[in-house]
Amino acid sequence: MLLQLDDVVLRFAGNTVLENIRFGVEENSVASLIGPNGAGKTSLFNCITGFYRPQQGSITFGGEELLKRKPHAVTRLGIARTFQNVRLFREMSVLDNVMAGQHCRSRAGAFSAILGLPSQRAEERRVREICEECLEFVGIADEADRIATNLAYGHQRLVEIARALATQPRLLLLDEPAAGLNSSEKTELVRLIRRIRDERGVAVLLIEHDMGLVMEVSEHISVLDHGRIIAEGNAETIQNDPAVIEAYLGQDEDELELT
Amino acid sequence: MATNKVTTRPAPGAIERLYAAFDDPRRRWALYAVIIALLLLAPPVVGRYGTVILTNALLYVILALGLNVVVGFAGLLDLGYAAFFAVGAYTTGILTQQFGFNFWLTIPFALCAAAIAGVIIGGPTLRLRSDYLAIVTLGFGEIVRIGARNLEITGQASGLTGIPSPSVFGYTLTGPTTYYYIFAALAVLAVIAAQRLLHSRLGRAWLYVRHDEDAAEAMGINRVRVKLAAYITGAVFGAIGGVFFAANLGAISPQSFSFQQSVLVLMAVILGGMGKIPGVILGAFIVILGPELLRDIGSLRLLVFAVILLLIMLFRPSGIWPGRRS
Amino acid sequence: MSLTDILIQQLVNGLVLGSFYALVALGYTMIFGVIKLLNFAHGDIYMVGAFVGFGALSLVSGTIGAGWMGIFVAMFVAMIAVGFLGVVIEQVAYRPMLSAPRLSILITALAVSLVLQNAALALTDGQVTAFRTDLGFGGVSLGAVFVNYTQIVLVASAIVLMIGLELFVSRTMYGKAMRAVSLDKDMCRLMGINVQRVIAVTFFAGSALAAAAGVMAGVQYGRIWYFMGFLIGLKAFTAAVIGGIGSITGAMLGGLILGLLEAFATQIPHIGGEWKDVFTFGVLILVLVFKPTGLLGKSEVERM
Repeated sequence: MLLQLDDVVLRFAGNTVLENIRFGVEENSVASLIGPNGAGKTSLFNCITGFYRPQQGSITFGGEELLKRKPHAVTRLGIARTFQNVRLFREMSVLDNVMAGQHCRSRAGAFSAILGLPSQRAEERRVREICEECLEFVGIADEADRIATNLAYGHQRLVEIARALATQPRLLLLDEPAAGLNSSEKTELVRLIRRIRDERGVAVLLIEHDMGLVMEVSEHISVLDHGRIIAEGNAETIQNDPAVIEAYLGQDEDELELT
Repeated sequence: MATNKVTTRPAPGAIERLYAAFDDPRRRWALYAVIIALLLLAPPVVGRYGTVILTNALLYVILALGLNVVVGFAGLLDLGYAAFFAVGAYTTGILTQQFGFNFWLTIPFALCAAAIAGVIIGGPTLRLRSDYLAIVTLGFGEIVRIGARNLEITGQASGLTGIPSPSVFGYTLTGPTTYYYIFAALAVLAVIAAQRLLHSRLGRAWLYVRHDEDAAEAMGINRVRVKLAAYITGAVFGAIGGVFFAANLGAISPQSFSFQQSVLVLMAVILGGMGKIPGVILGAFIVILGPELLRDIGSLRLLVFAVILLLIMLFRPSGIWPGRRS
Repeated sequence: MSLTDILIQQLVNGLVLGSFYALVALGYTMIFGVIKLLNFAHGDIYMVGAFVGFGALSLVSGTIGAGWMGIFVAMFVAMIAVGFLGVVIEQVAYRPMLSAPRLSILITALAVSLVLQNAALALTDGQVTAFRTDLGFGGVSLGAVFVNYTQIVLVASAIVLMIGLELFVSRTMYGKAMRAVSLDKDMCRLMGINVQRVIAVTFFAGSALAAAAGVMAGVQYGRIWYFMGFLIGLKAFTAAVIGGIGSITGAMLGGLILGLLEAFATQIPHIGGEWKDVFTFGVLILVLVFKPTGLLGKSEVERM
């Protein structure tokens, strides 16, 4: 397992948000986390990426314990994420946004920047090339110089993915990447997720409400309800699991239409 | 709620065209040449008094560019910036006057002292909410000023006098015109340094942290470290200003490092538009030359400034320099 | 003086100082509670209170004299006038900024502080104004320690004001709304609470308390000037932080603790005079670093 969670418990002011979570993501795979609103999916992301600190349990990534690490250290180890509501850096160009991802893979400081040392210039060039390649990969290279927040919504989501890829991760966490996308953009997204896995060798874990997309793209699905994992398996197992149907009953009927 | 959303753009006039020139890389160099020429030719034109005032304005350009790194780039409100200026000035003052150091030798000490001061104030406090940080910096500024007023080594309230003038190749640096050119050179260097920082890995990291700390963290940016780097960089700019300020006047006293000084530098940064280098330079000139023009109204002068600051925040929080067009 | 006498003397000094700090800290904490803004101008509001009180006292001293009667009238006038000033500041400067980035609103608060300060500077020409009263020098003796009646009355009035505030916050509709607004503004709007009005009332109350403290400081120290709010603003903030910002009881407690700490610190060699301010800021930094929620503050959800 590339990422392994064991017995993770998270409480906020006495409320148990996540209860004894045991869960894993395999190398080079696409896994999904589904569940009704408020089930604790984003909280689980925040635990993995170091934004929340679970009270107990263990989260290992490639054999390294993540629990005591800060978010930036987790990213450095090779986990990148996107946010549920796109969070791009305002007033900055698309390329500048993506360059944020390379920060932890480069090292020039104030001195070398002020003096304009050759090593700093070479590093800048390298960073720029890597980030341009990431933009190329997600298909928005021609928008590199525009202000990121002026882009169409679907493209803003792509900038976020490119920015995450620029950290050169081994695992990419996508928080509802299809929200707000139209159907052709969703098809593109499925292709992109597969290419991320196949061409870059990056494992993907996504939180998503669009069941069609989840069933189509994931090799492994985990269902979270009230802070607990109630079912796991491939698309077929999940669709026939009585506990899952129970959890979604009374929910939105559309979400059950598993095409 | 919806106040500052719509920015009306007036028809392009002379000022707009000047702004546009800064955006165009080719015309920008021509403009720089004009500015340098003006800087070189100014002293004989403006006379002795004018040269002294301009020297002060150039000092403020250096200070404002330094504070701009902290406030404009990294988005941290520092209300005690004069402390770093003081650390630079007093380090040079004490080392030359009481320990007989050569002036040039004191510079590395002053820079180190400022960097250490930056770490001392920033290290424990940069994790705090931004408003707490602001008030801690205010307290820190006061601690430094009170320290200078009460310690033997800093000459207490009367300060240090008789700081020897530095010399280069046997030529002693004295007189307003000499210092004017020294400060002009320093200001140009400061502009170049600020510009290069802004377009570097660290400069971008400051902007990321300013816009969205969480997203920056998620991208692998250690925000505490990046903010500390902003503090230290700002401190070093301030200390350089302080070192040459001490050399220029030959005497320093605690009054030069009061809260009002910090506010004045901050005002230059905000007036020009936080984070925008040409704007900040303009802001520094306005806060120094403005009072000269308003000399007649005496103590109302500071009130006028305060009201302008308030109006800027309410009606044009991005400062007088226009934003980047896309 | 024996050691006990010194301790009692400093206890008295600490109580007087502490009640000023507590009154000003209350405003910080209340305003912070409802709009999460550190009102930098709060110290200057205290200063304006002192000047308005001075003006009112000069007006009434002809008819009712500048004794306690006159002082209380002046204090009342200052509280009302400065309370409205607080409301005006909130409406003009802070309300339009509430959705702006935090840095902008902090700078706006600083700008308001500078406007008040420099307006006072321009009006007084930077001179210290003598705050004259007809109060005598009577008092009671506790061993070798002499406690002035003025000090007793001031501490008592501060306590009365704080009890009044406590009753206001816990018993009245506005007080309850104030606490609700500090917890969840959006929910309050949904419940039909007039959030803007609650914020305005909070500014009124906070500013009025600061004004009362300003008048008291004038009475106690006999001199007022345009820069008097700067240091006390910093210190009251320290007091609010010690007590736990957002907590009303905390602000009172923090004010008292800071007043006592400062009074006793003056007895430690080398911490007299101006060094005691350095001592206070040291305390502030230590509290912020090691216990940023203060004594009674609630911790926010733990996250990185």
